[in-house]
Amino acid sequence: MYPKDLKYDREHEWVRLDGDIATIGISDFAQDQLGEVVYVDLPSVGDIVIVGESFGEVESVKSVSELFAPVGGEVVEVNNELDDTPEAVNDDSYGDGWMVKVKVDDVSDVDALMDSVDYEAFLAEEA
Amino acid sequence: MRFIPVSCDEQVEMLERVGVESVEELFDGIPEGARFARRLGIADGLTEIELSAHLESLAARNSHGGSVVSFLGAGIYDHYVPAIVDAVVSKPAFFTAYTPYQPEVSQGTLQAVYEYQSMICQLTGMEVSNASMYDGATAFAEAALMAARVTKRDRVVVSGAVHPEWREVLATYVESGTIDIVEVPVVAGVTDTAGVAGAMDSRTAALLVTSPTLYGTLEDLTALGAIAHDAGALFVVGTNPMLLGVMEPPASYGADIVVGEGQPFGNAVSFGGPGLGIFACHKAHIRQMPGRVAGRTTDVDGRPGFVLTFSTREQHIRRQRATSNICSNHALNALAAGVYLAAVGTEGLAGIGEACIAKAHYLEAALVGSGRFERAFDAPFASEFTLCFAGDVAVMQKRLLDRGFLAGLDLSRFGDTDAGRVLFAVTERHTREVLDSFIEEVSAL
Repeated sequence: MYPKDLKYDREHEWVRLDGDIATIGISDFAQDQLGEVVYVDLPSVGDIVIVGESFGEVESVKSVSELFAPVGGEVVEVNNELDDTPEAVNDDSYGDGWMVKVKVDDVSDVDALMDSVDYEAFLAEEA
Repeated sequence: MRFIPVSCDEQVEMLERVGVESVEELFDGIPEGARFARRLGIADGLTEIELSAHLESLAARNSHGGSVVSFLGAGIYDHYVPAIVDAVVSKPAFFTAYTPYQPEVSQGTLQAVYEYQSMICQLTGMEVSNASMYDGATAFAEAALMAARVTKRDRVVVSGAVHPEWREVLATYVESGTIDIVEVPVVAGVTDTAGVAGAMDSRTAALLVTSPTLYGTLEDLTALGAIAHDAGALFVVGTNPMLLGVMEPPASYGADIVVGEGQPFGNAVSFGGPGLGIFACHKAHIRQMPGRVAGRTTDVDGRPGFVLTFSTREQHIRRQRATSNICSNHALNALAAGVYLAAVGTEGLAGIGEACIAKAHYLEAALVGSGRFERAFDAPFASEFTLCFAGDVAVMQKRLLDRGFLAGLDLSRFGDTDAGRVLFAVTERHTREVLDSFIEEVSAL
């Protein structure tokens, strides 16, 4: 449910860091809470995202939620496949359901995030 | 619902509770200029019979389309409303229902909205229409906001040939500084294309024009659309929907958002409102579109049904991030428009449009031929045109009103500095006889 190689934030985004490139998506918990995802509104390549601020929206059949940036930096790639297959967020939230790749300004941002054990504890606490 | 009048004692109690001296004080937040400073001219203590007679005598002082021949237009037009429109609109199930908060219960209302949307799409050539907005002006302003959301830009270029009241509504919408407005001057009755090209930049979200313009002239939409798109901006086109039965749909000129005042479709002139705002766009931009959208679907048993769709754009779900703070519309007016379109049909609408255009051109030529008026512009026009009167416009209009004619709109009302410009609107209601008698009166001036 919560891969060990990822980091998580309290808004239920996950981050996979590769060098200074962070891939960002939403956790299995988030996709389950949202229900069937029908649309994902993402930034454009070149946009700057700021830690804790909204960088997009994910819309399900019943609600719409903002996406908050777990790290700050410049967007270098966007998962445009989600335009046609938004259900990938539900079906494969850590794989095909990824959303953006960000060139991270400060890699230590990632250290401030939770690992999978902490995130699961956080979820248990929230429940 | 019972109407419970307030006694004087209760009024005093309520005023004390909220801490104000008078009912008038409650309106302090509204600027003086927008308030009615006098008491209504109605004596105290009238009986219902007396009051009713008084109001009827006041109403009788107004002229209306039935008592005079009106050549007024500029957005609101005196078209014939078939009897079936009021008959359908007055059905209690339509007439009494407010905006459906549990929409799927109101299948009839949703179907009517869906049919209205479908006809607007057909007419404008666009893929998506909303359930309508309040009027043409609000649709126009909402188009500017939508373009800013789509392009993530914060500046719009607006033609000075757009109706000044539409531009005023737009300015009010962006008063807090969210979007900068740049106005492009009018040259020879149409938007200055060179001026537009110079005004567009990388911050520009949209170019907004109307065709026909305030002056009745038709814009070179192909050229204007190309300029907008070259700058990466959306092309917003305001239209007179009554002409779309015969004229090319705005979509074929590259319009990204089409707006218009829908009053001509089955709605009374009624001092200029209420009308309905036509709003249509590309499917790709539907999530940024304001207003409600009805959709057709099937239920669990495969039977057709109607729903409100894309509601996640709206306030009840998205709250302050909704695409618009308009979460309602002039639904009854939109229904009237839908019934009108269904009643006249495709050929009927084309016939009405052709009649308006032909009669307008007949009248224009005759008025110019009378020697009393001169052509204001060489630009092509459809059912409305601007002429220059060599004398005192007010005197001319008074004389013709005494003869039973509302002789057009004096454009000095909008601060038009070229004195003597008068805008004439012609509809299918103007018979050849009526036009000829008007021409005769003008020639006798």
